[in-house]
Amino acid sequence: MSLVPDQLHYRESHEWVDSATGLVGITDHAQHELTDVVYVELPKVGAVVKAGDHIAVVESVKAASDIYSPVSGEIVEANEALSGDPSLLNTDPYDKGWICKIKVADPAETGALMDAASYRQHIA
Amino acid sequence: MVPFAGWEMPVQYSGIVDEHKTVRERVGVFDISHMGQFLLEGAGAEAFLNRALTNNVSKLGIGDGQYTLMLNDQGGVIDDLIVYRLSDREYFLVVNASMIAEDEAHLRSLGFGEGVTFANISSATGGLAVQGPKSREVFASVFGPNAAFPEHNKILFSLTNEGVLYLCGTGYTGEEGFEFFAPATVIEGWFEKIVQGCRDAGGGPAGLGARDTLRLEMGYPLNGNDLAPDKTPLQAGLGFFVDLTKEDFVGKPVLDTQKAEGVPTRLTGFHMTAPSPPPRAHYPVIHEGQVVGETCSAGLSPSLNQGIGMAYLPAAIAKSGIPIEIEIRGRRFAAETVKKPFYRKRQASS
Repeated sequence: MSLVPDQLHYRESHEWVDSATGLVGITDHAQHELTDVVYVELPKVGAVVKAGDHIAVVESVKAASDIYSPVSGEIVEANEALSGDPSLLNTDPYDKGWICKIKVADPAETGALMDAASYRQHIA
Repeated sequence: MVPFAGWEMPVQYSGIVDEHKTVRERVGVFDISHMGQFLLEGAGAEAFLNRALTNNVSKLGIGDGQYTLMLNDQGGVIDDLIVYRLSDREYFLVVNASMIAEDEAHLRSLGFGEGVTFANISSATGGLAVQGPKSREVFASVFGPNAAFPEHNKILFSLTNEGVLYLCGTGYTGEEGFEFFAPATVIEGWFEKIVQGCRDAGGGPAGLGARDTLRLEMGYPLNGNDLAPDKTPLQAGLGFFVDLTKEDFVGKPVLDTQKAEGVPTRLTGFHMTAPSPPPRAHYPVIHEGQVVGETCSAGLSPSLNQGIGMAYLPAAIAKSGIPIEIEIRGRRFAAETVKKPFYRKRQASS
């Protein structure tokens, strides 16, 4: 069973955002489907993005996958640790494997995303 | 699970890299039930296959198999396959899953000739491939210590109350192993037995993902990626499997001309020489600032932990040691042409 933390919000394309901190990543379900992650092209710090914008690329042995921003805002930090150890996305997708931090422009926007219960149904 | 030519196929069980290494170091079993099988029988079958395929089936003794190619009139590849000779007048063909219908239609269009019967047994047949240095151990545990192991490129078959079982000394990973074909109705039971045999030998099941990385490390072409209807086997570096001394076969005139005048492009191996995202299919290949081709099969080699791939490059640079670049999402990364296989096995320890 994939881990789906209660406090996060989710996009259909398997990204999560923590509305309290602005941290963004991919879900446990996504990392499992992607298989061994071998390369992460990180978002550009300072970029201003809209919800649904393509912000990063996660590459596994199997395929390259585009990552989309769950929310609008400014990217204020990217997780450089992923450059050295992309497998953090597999081993710890909700903590050490975060992809970037976004200064959320409109907190109400998370209302358009799925909550944990809906996402659990989405991947069931 | 992903749909693959009508079959639901597992891409991975424990993870592609893990399964890949398990096959290289111990043993893994792949479900290859999606692959196609044809039987040809009759006094004229040998002559027909020599006309339809590039290699020379007359070189096969009973129980021998060979890699061969089916070409169109332009000398381009329709499919690559293995032909086994079962008796003086019977042949067993194993073809690519995605090409079963097209191969059958092409063979029929050539006309089998009098007294040759053709049977497409693909949907009634399942298959398993056991690959890795411990394959013999698995074989003995599943089939008994006295059962004959199919040696490299050989086929053994057995008439049982389950139907015909075919055991082939072939594979797609560069490791020792065997492929096993049986009626689809009984293949699941065999899969469970063989998975247990693999687990007992420190291995387990492996999926299509690992199958792809293993074959890529060996530089084995995949039809649709590395072989195409507009590329000849000489361009693909498969001249060894083309017998141009045969009087005729479909596509031969084009190959004769290429042999005499040289090929325009050749499938060439490359590896990345600096840190980069993994190369993948359909990325531009650059030499001296010019786009000279695009990548075919490419990816990260789990054994070498390096990006590797193949591309059809102009003949002048289709040799090892040429610096090139691979363009990945608009950025160019350094690479170099290299000889295949990318991965060479260490001296066997057993």
